[in-house]
Amino acid sequence: MDFKENEPIYLQIAGAVSENILTGKWPAGEKITSIRDLAIELEVNPNTVNRAYELLQNQEVIINKRGMGLFVAADGAAKIKAIRKERFMQQELPDFFRNIQLLDIELDDLQQVYQQFKKDNQLQKDAGHENQ
Amino acid sequence: MVEIKNLSFGYNRQALLFKDLNLALQQGHIYGLLGKNGAGKSTLLKNMAGLAYPQKGSCLLKGLSVSGRPVSVLEQIYFLAEDIYVPSFTPAQYVANTAGFYPKFSKSDFYIYLKALDVDENAVMDKQSFGQQKKAMIAFGLATNTGLLVMDEPTNGLDIPSKVQFRKLIASVLTDERCIVISTHQVRDLDSLIDTLLVLHEKEIVVNLPMDEVVEKLTFGFYADTEGLKPVYEEKDMRGTNAILQNTSGRFSKVDLELLFNAIISGNKKIVELLKAS
Repeated sequence: MDFKENEPIYLQIAGAVSENILTGKWPAGEKITSIRDLAIELEVNPNTVNRAYELLQNQEVIINKRGMGLFVAADGAAKIKAIRKERFMQQELPDFFRNIQLLDIELDDLQQVYQQFKKDNQLQKDAGHENQ
Repeated sequence: MVEIKNLSFGYNRQALLFKDLNLALQQGHIYGLLGKNGAGKSTLLKNMAGLAYPQKGSCLLKGLSVSGRPVSVLEQIYFLAEDIYVPSFTPAQYVANTAGFYPKFSKSDFYIYLKALDVDENAVMDKQSFGQQKKAMIAFGLATNTGLLVMDEPTNGLDIPSKVQFRKLIASVLTDERCIVISTHQVRDLDSLIDTLLVLHEKEIVVNLPMDEVVEKLTFGFYADTEGLKPVYEEKDMRGTNAILQNTSGRFSKVDLELLFNAIISGNKKIVELLKAS
């Protein structure tokens, strides 16, 4: 994993774990890579991975089963979506609105573009399934 | 774990390397010790390991004086020197002769580490290249499972894949009971492993701070133009300026250890003050 320079490593690790849960690579209820193993894989201090996992535990994305290790919460993906949605609404959406206002773009104009985007994405997804 | 109190030391009495140096190290951390050539990094590590004796003050491990060299202390310390000496033994013979000094030594760990570092367990060590010798001793040191692991420039002489393996091994051996101290000039080899930064400068430890706190106190950045900013330290080239600023916004930036090190050894007092302020 190449780390970016503008975000603490522990947040980048938490982000990568969240991504794996969202895409289903790490399914709900499944045991996740231990702190030590992930530290080895990423060549980082185990304390850094620990910090990332603590954050995800506080967000209830992963749960600690005493003596058994860490597992993806049953509603882990939903929790991540809720957290990201809130962040999007609070941080990214205001920027987005500022931009479209500045550029005189109406939401109605975007509606059409967005419908097309969803349609294309769906087609891509379907094609993906056929190939599997 | 390690406690150094009012340490004064010099190889000759007129030229002290350390004067009233104080340092406390905790378990469960990887410390990166930086200092310029001749600052006394190796000598400090040797004092920690009982290989050099304080002229004044003391070095303690879990409350016991290291300089008395009692077995109960020495069996808890492994020191990997920068210039290593290996005898005319295979790793297996070396283990048979030396591992007995370390009660927690693990033979199986040793062979796993040798394999990870691509060292032939059947080859006579002093017939190998410097890099291979060093890796054999790194594997041995990690396998001693001592509470204190002190390594002086461990990545010197290691090839690229060995450095990767070294980082993975260090990540794998840190436990809550272990304290790892690594001195290095190769800061890029280790910057995501070190959690606490130590800087030795002008006879003292001027920085002993978790990396997370360095980030909270300072901002590192590259600027085409520093007008309006108040850099505490800067290095300019034709493209722009690498600068360290006081972190007033709480925003994250990656610590540029080389730049920070240069700032400290250039005698920049403000940097040290900002780092020391609580």
